[in-house]
This record gives sequence, structure tokens and C-alpha cells, in this order.
Amino acid sequence: MTGLALFLAVFLACIVEAVEALTIILAAGTARDWRSALTGMGAALATLAVIVAVLGPAITMIPLTGLRLVVGGLLLIFGIGWLRKAILRASGNKALHDEDAAFAAEEAAARAAASEQRPLVGDWYAFTLSFKGVLLEGLEVVFIVLTFGSNQHNMPLAASASVAAVAVVAISGIAVRAPLARVPENSMKFVVGAMLTSFGMFWGAEGAGASWPGGDAALLVIVPVVLLVALGYVAVFRRREQGPRTVGAAATTSQGV
Amino acid sequence: MSKIKAFGMFWWDFIVGDDWLVAVAVVLGLAVTYLLAHGVGVAAWWLMPLLVTVLLPISIRRLMPKR
Repeated sequence: MTGLALFLAVFLACIVEAVEALTIILAAGTARDWRSALTGMGAALATLAVIVAVLGPAITMIPLTGLRLVVGGLLLIFGIGWLRKAILRASGNKALHDEDAAFAAEEAAARAAASEQRPLVGDWYAFTLSFKGVLLEGLEVVFIVLTFGSNQHNMPLAASASVAAVAVVAISGIAVRAPLARVPENSMKFVVGAMLTSFGMFWGAEGAGASWPGGDAALLVIVPVVLLVALGYVAVFRRREQGPRTVGAAATTSQGV
Repeated sequence: MSKIKAFGMFWWDFIVGDDWLVAVAVVLGLAVTYLLAHGVGVAAWWLMPLLVTVLLPISIRRLMPKR
């Protein structure tokens, strides 16, 4: 069960981040220069690979109890952040994320920016826009893959979930050649927020010395209960007077939500 | 110095995010769970779910746009 939950949590989180990264790359490539945008993407992926290569083995050397305490706490902070924004969006108190609008905003900014050439890079703006976008969206994916994989002693499964998600988004992006606006990002963020919160609570409490009734099977109860509680808060905070607005402004923090 | 500050701000933003209260509450919650489990010997698994249930609406209210 935890293998499936691990795969789903990593896969959905990676889909969400990859869709947002794709929008930024498309904007940089379309409005500026494709070669520089793709070079920026490649440089960011190489940086992320170095981070994984350095942190991956280091994380597996930490004793499991300490790892679960620290990782559980971090996942919980991340998860509550995702869930809070998802609830605010679902209840109409925050604008829904829209990839079409995000693309339009990024593209307009890219067209307005001045052009600058650097060694090996034809358009510095397209390179840095693409590099920063992929690195920021990718950092959280790396964190989730490393923490889920090391905690469950199944790094290959976590890594394959992330590779599968990136492949799905990349293939869809090449086929559509437009932002993937039809991906139900807001709903997926809701589910990912609930899963990060659930795993964070589970591992954090275990790392602190608590034992869950039923062991790992407790997650079968924790995940649906967290989802139900979150849906309950959507109802509590639902905005009655105005419907939800939609803008493309991305997250205000690098938590990528 | 500004680069060090920017580096620190990036990680603060990445880890803590929009609401520092959540980070502080999670750390305190885990510390109390540890004390209950190791010091008092109580089955403390219920504390974190309770904390999240209470903390989530508080954090939502703190970040809800003012009307």
C-alpha cells in the first residue's frame, strides 16, 4: 500500500511542478529564443542531478528515526502550505492557477525584456528564465523524491515516479506545443497537499517516538481523513458573495504551490 | 553580504514559506510528541493530527485576503 501511495504522491507532485516548468520554458522559447531556453532547462536539470547525487547518498546514511523526524517535520510544513493554498483556492478566496494566463504573463514579460548575449548563450534572458523556472520547480520535486524514497527504502520507485511524470508532461507539451491548461492542477495540488500532510504527520510522529495504531496501515485512515477535513474547511471558508477569480499569477513563494 | 542574505532568504522562503507560525507549531508539536513518548511514556500519535486540524484554519485565516 505504501508503495502505491509513494508512487502516487511523487507522481502527482512531479506532474504539477513539471506543468509549471513547461509553461515557463514555452514562454521563454516562444517569446525569445528556443535554443537559449532549452540550454537553460538542460543546465537546471544538470544542477538538480548534482544535488541528487550529493544529497541522495548522504540522506541514506542518516539513522531512520532521525530522518523521519526531520523529514516528517519538513513534509508537514510543505504539506500544510500546499493544503492551505488549495483550500483558499477551492473556497474562492484565492485566484485559481491558470496555465494559459500564466503563459500569457510570462510571455509578455519576456517580450518586453532587453536582449543580451553571453558566451555560449544567444539570449541571456531566455536562458535565465528557463534555468530559474526549472530549478525552482525541480527543487521541491528533488526534496519529495529523496524524502519519500529514503523513508520507504525505495528510491528507485520514487525516482521512476518522478521520471514518469516528467516524461508524460514533456511528451504532452511537445504534442500540444502549448501550456497544458487542461491538466486539473488545482485539484491535483489539493490531493498532493493532503498526501504530504499525511506522510509528514505519520513520519514526524514516528520519528519523535510515537507508534501509530496499525503501523503503516494507519496511512489508509490518515490520508482520507486529512482529505475530508480539508474539504470540510473548504465548505467553512467558502466565499458566498463572489465566485472564484482566475489569474495566472504563480505562487508567491518558491514552495511551488 | 547581500548574496549571503539572498541565499538565506531563498531557503527561508523555500522551507518556511508564507506562514512562519506553521513552521514553529510543527517543531513544537514534534518536540511535545517526543517528550510525551519518551518522558511520560504516553502513546502520543494523536497529537500531530490534532495540531494539524487546529493549525490549518488558523493559518488559512492569517493568510486570507482582507475584504
